Amino acid sequence: MSTTTLPTRRRGVDYKKFLANNGALVGLVVLCLALFIATPDFLTGPNLLNIGIQVSTVAVLAFGMTFVIVAGGIDLSVGSVAALSAMSSGWMFASAGLPGWLALVGGLVVGALAGAINGLANAYGKLPSFIATLAMLSVARGLTLVISDGRPIKTAPEVSFLGGNLGPVPMPIVILVIAALAASFLLNRTVIGRSMYAVGGNAEAARLSGLPVKRILVTVFALAGLFAALAGLLLAGRLDSAQPQAAAGYELDAIAAVVIGGASLSGGLGRISGTLVGALVLVVIRNGLNLLNVTSFWQQVVIGLVIALAVGIDVLRRKTRNS
Amino acid sequence: MTQQPLLTLQNVGKVFGSVTVINDVTVSVYPGQVQVLLGENGAGKSTLIKMMAGVYQPDSGHIVVDGNTVTLPNTRAAEALGIATIHQELNLVPSMSIAENVMLGRMPTKHGLVDRRALRQQARAALALIGLDIDVDALVGDLGIARQQLVEIAKALSINARILILDEPTAALTRHETENLFAVMADLRQRGVGMLFISHHLDEIAEVGDTVTVLRDGEFIGEVPASTSEDELVKLMVGRGIEDQFPRVSENLSQAVEVLTVENLTSTGLFSNISFTVKAGEVLGIAGLVGAGRTELIRAIAGADRYTSGTVAVRGQNLPKGDIKAAIAAGIGHVPEDRKGQGLVLDASVNNNLGYATLASTAKLGLVDFAGQRRRATEVAKRLRIRMHTIDQPIGALSGGNQQKAVFGRWIIAASTVLLLDEPTRGVDVGAKVEIYELMNTITAAGGAILMVSSELPEILGMSDRILVMRDGRLAGELSSAEATQDAVMTLAARDVDEKHEQR
Repeated sequence: MSTTTLPTRRRGVDYKKFLANNGALVGLVVLCLALFIATPDFLTGPNLLNIGIQVSTVAVLAFGMTFVIVAGGIDLSVGSVAALSAMSSGWMFASAGLPGWLALVGGLVVGALAGAINGLANAYGKLPSFIATLAMLSVARGLTLVISDGRPIKTAPEVSFLGGNLGPVPMPIVILVIAALAASFLLNRTVIGRSMYAVGGNAEAARLSGLPVKRILVTVFALAGLFAALAGLLLAGRLDSAQPQAAAGYELDAIAAVVIGGASLSGGLGRISGTLVGALVLVVIRNGLNLLNVTSFWQQVVIGLVIALAVGIDVLRRKTRNS
Repeated sequence: MTQQPLLTLQNVGKVFGSVTVINDVTVSVYPGQVQVLLGENGAGKSTLIKMMAGVYQPDSGHIVVDGNTVTLPNTRAAEALGIATIHQELNLVPSMSIAENVMLGRMPTKHGLVDRRALRQQARAALALIGLDIDVDALVGDLGIARQQLVEIAKALSINARILILDEPTAALTRHETENLFAVMADLRQRGVGMLFISHHLDEIAEVGDTVTVLRDGEFIGEVPASTSEDELVKLMVGRGIEDQFPRVSENLSQAVEVLTVENLTSTGLFSNISFTVKAGEVLGIAGLVGAGRTELIRAIAGADRYTSGTVAVRGQNLPKGDIKAAIAAGIGHVPEDRKGQGLVLDASVNNNLGYATLASTAKLGLVDFAGQRRRATEVAKRLRIRMHTIDQPIGALSGGNQQKAVFGRWIIAASTVLLLDEPTRGVDVGAKVEIYELMNTITAAGGAILMVSSELPEILGMSDRILVMRDGRLAGELSSAEATQDAVMTLAARDVDEKHEQR
């Protein structure tokens, strides 16, 4: 069937549905308008670039998390894996003397491997993903400290390039865009991506339909590890060094971004575009509160309330739609 | 009737959005009588019982209890008037004991602590109401469905329920368990409890009911005595006569080749030494009691579970153990027992659900063939007459019959030639059942082979060309369709069944 056989849809009327399905986006727009009115510092070039850089780390982590949550799991280890990957990359360059580009690729491989171990423990070892990745959260952070002896390690220039600029545009933003497109392509177009929705929606039905559920789960966690590694390298690139305590607690931001973006923690639902909006909501709120001179203590309170509010609205929306 | 009804829904109506689900329906429950509510899925039965239970409030008409008009703003109000519902999904906590479940929410206390002795005593008294003598300290999760149901009924009675709403209580029960339940119902009738009974098994109506209220598309169609013939009931319910409930058209199998060959299949503790063949064009039925190992057998053949020894071959090719993908590649399609839990991804669209088995095989370079998948899904949905708004609708919103057709459709798209059906019409209404049977005819006419497990004897007898009977994990016998009767099957299936078996 080609597009010509589709009935001509009344595009103008669908805005209600669009709003209902993109609550986070509406919230983001309202938030930006409010900040635009509240402070002249918000809508300035440097501030927007700053937001872009800030969001790149959170969003890249959260893209990986989106795969996991869509497939019905959770990954608490992404912050630690990000740090471990960056630190391993730094070690490969500074201590093992590998070429910079190889150290960069090596960091990504470490992340993917750590993720794959999560997946193996979950799919074959039958550990709930919460437990498997909680263990990895601790193991990966520990290894990071072991490798670095608790001190920062200088990273390769190739890694620093990730934190630099491409002409007027900061590299993290370029990476963010590429990562978003890649993740979205993977989730929407490929067999493995579509399978993730089936596994998250009903793993047994997916299995009985012949989908290789275990292999899919391993891939999903490996991807989450890979994206975490990329986020870790982005962070390291900005500082020209891998920090032992980098990205600590970022897993919670990543989960929050995915959930604000409309994914369901019970699996089967979620979009990369939603996650990107979710990450933007988090970062813009922090940025705005900074501009308005709200202390970081209060910021945490606000962020927590926003997460509860966003998910609460979502739950309510689904409930009214179903009845 | 001169007797005053316990409960009457008087000319009630209910509208959701712009859809009228119930229009001007009147139904009464009398003391000591079983009122049967009959209708296809979507006829409005559940909406009606939810009105009685205080979940929904009628938009028009009113509710009368003991001659007084009442409003039931919530379930608590309904309970206070003695109205209790036994749902299909039981409201018990599996990890707590029977006593705790029976007394849940009103545990006897002493000095602020649970009084264990009184708890057991009161629970035992409640269970005695229906003549159930079991260890009240056993965990509810360790009981079979049938006993769990009885525990729930005892719980309702102990809260002084006078009106029991039984929503498809027999759907998951064996014949023997059903008879037990009916005995309890007969006893309750003696004691003046009014019951509202819902069942898809027409043969149970005359057995247990007094009067039948028939609904169709939310409208009151008529009230008839429970002794009305099944054909007449079907006609009232569907709105047209269904000439043949089991329209099996058998193929000539004299020249047919063996498609599925199972030899000495054994899975320790589940089934042992099972051997049989299914020919192209044949429907082989497997009968037996729940727990006889039928589902386990079918899952092993499908590759869903590993087995201990033996072989499964399709067209002479042995299949590897526990490999669903290889089974599918060999032409096997598995329609599992639990449609919602194992067959479908309920939140996903009809389109996606139809395409899971062919997602990988039709992909190019790992990219999904969206256009092709959609085209095939649209074609099959049309062919199987799956009733839906659009193919992008979540499949969970469809009726049971249409959901089941979609599971079949998945294997038709995958060009499966050996279909393993496990309770293919469970929770499917009469009209859709016949459509599924006709679909089975189409499949066998095209040379497909069907292996069907079913707990509904009329279905096994009506649709199988040959019947295997399983008992305690073994083949107890084989019957041709000519020699098979309910009695013959049950004699093979239930020989030596003792209480231990019943308790599973």
